[in-house]
Amino acid sequence: MDYLLVSTIKMLIIAPALLATLAYVVWVERKVIAHVQLRVGPYFVGPHGLLQPIADAVKLLTKEDFIPSGVNHFFYWLAPWLGLMFAVTGIAVIPFGPVVEIFGIKTNLGLADLNIGLLWILGLAGMGVYGIALAGWSSNNKYALLGGLRSSAQMISYELPMALALAAPLLISNSLNLREVVDTQAGYAFGFVPNWNLFTGFQIVGFVVYMICGFAETNRIPFDLPEAENELVAGFHSEYSSMKFAAFFMAEYCNMVIVCSVATALYLGGWHPIVPQAISPLVPAVFHWVLAGALFYHGMHPARPADKRTFPVFGAILGALGFLFVAPGIGPIVTPLFWFLGKVAFLLFFFIWVRATLPRFRYDQLMKIAWLFLFPVALLNLLATALGVTLFGK
Amino acid sequence: MDLILFLTFAIIAVVCALSMALQRHPVASALSLIGVMVSLAVLYVLLGAEFIAAAQLVVYSGAIMVLFIFVIMLLNAGAEKMTHKAGLAEFLGIPLLLLFLAFSTWVITNATPAGKMIKFGNFTGGGPREVGWELFTRYVLPFEVTSILILIAIAGAVRLANRELD
Repeated sequence: MDYLLVSTIKMLIIAPALLATLAYVVWVERKVIAHVQLRVGPYFVGPHGLLQPIADAVKLLTKEDFIPSGVNHFFYWLAPWLGLMFAVTGIAVIPFGPVVEIFGIKTNLGLADLNIGLLWILGLAGMGVYGIALAGWSSNNKYALLGGLRSSAQMISYELPMALALAAPLLISNSLNLREVVDTQAGYAFGFVPNWNLFTGFQIVGFVVYMICGFAETNRIPFDLPEAENELVAGFHSEYSSMKFAAFFMAEYCNMVIVCSVATALYLGGWHPIVPQAISPLVPAVFHWVLAGALFYHGMHPARPADKRTFPVFGAILGALGFLFVAPGIGPIVTPLFWFLGKVAFLLFFFIWVRATLPRFRYDQLMKIAWLFLFPVALLNLLATALGVTLFGK
Repeated sequence: MDLILFLTFAIIAVVCALSMALQRHPVASALSLIGVMVSLAVLYVLLGAEFIAAAQLVVYSGAIMVLFIFVIMLLNAGAEKMTHKAGLAEFLGIPLLLLFLAFSTWVITNATPAGKMIKFGNFTGGGPREVGWELFTRYVLPFEVTSILILIAIAGAVRLANRELD
């Protein structure tokens, strides 16, 4: 019963946190792309557009849910929710932090501790294609159908190099359980190089292959052929509006979060810090204080009259959060969380950065990269890793 | 708890299987088949065979059925129409089905030794490590023969596709 209660509490924390993250990743994406393109992005709803996601949610909820004629009603209705379901269930096996003690209860930070965790993620990634394929097919629109077909072909092709790339760190860690994979990456080589699979496991090639496949699996630029605007209107979700449209977007961003979390757990050492263990809690604290200081400075600056109230308030909140990391009791809980979420946030920023930088591939290029480049490279990487593990041990 | 889960997913599996046979539309049939496979995966988990369950999800419902749906969508197959039934099937269909069910029940009950009920949670060696160990030691010959069989199928498919292109 204790287990059930603790799991329910964790679920009640993680699910709203995930949904809020999805909403604010959209805001961050719009802001980052805007600044890359020398615009300011959302600015009017709340300070610096911070309430824009809420305004968007209200708009999408109250918009007319238009159903075009000739659609297959059941599948048209099912497709977006199916896609969203397979996207959000992946969060269940992500380990956010080590086993900690909160109010005398020992628990691990993360929902489920499956010993087939990675296969669960791969299975869900494979199932996720149904949402898109069905949406394209049931919409009774030739552009949507083409988008759905492209998406299924693309996802099947990129799943192969992705699974092969993921197999290499599993060989090193000798487990499919994401928590155990992270545990084997603790410690430092030569006293200062973190023992991550990326560094001491020599998985840099595998990491690059996995990230490229991650872009393709989430239908992000430069692999967003299923929703290529100049060819297919909006691709598989051309005919969707209101909350169903929002469901597709939430699924896409949720898949991004999961791809980044898996990359963090398998290659970037999960919650293990990049700095020496002794100063591990100090780095996030100082990071927050520096951020708070910057906010205070800009808030007081006479050139920014619009921010003179909001910036100091946010600065004070961030400064207070910084003290959490050095506080006894709470520090050991939030420091691993900071490192894990920080790495995920950096990878998410990388996704957005790529979107602001690269153009889209042509369809034949997309297939060529998967089968003629990524697949052989991932296979060679797996063979080399297997040889290394056999010769030098783990 | 185990019993409730088993009954729920067993019923879902049977309903999806019936729906697969009875649906007129190929896409609906294919989706029902996915429902059968997913509920089977849950039953595998209940029996302690986690790896088989995950493989069922990844391989069958994740890869093979996506190809099925892909082909159905590519051909844009519409709903099938009912033509006149075969005379033999109309009279003998349901009795033969019942006979087959009775026969298979009889075989299964006789094949399993009496008094040895399999309980949920009795079996634990279903992780990837155990399955891999068995595959590469005791069952290494069937395993390798199967891979060669798949290799032959791939070579055949490439040959056929090449002839079409020429």
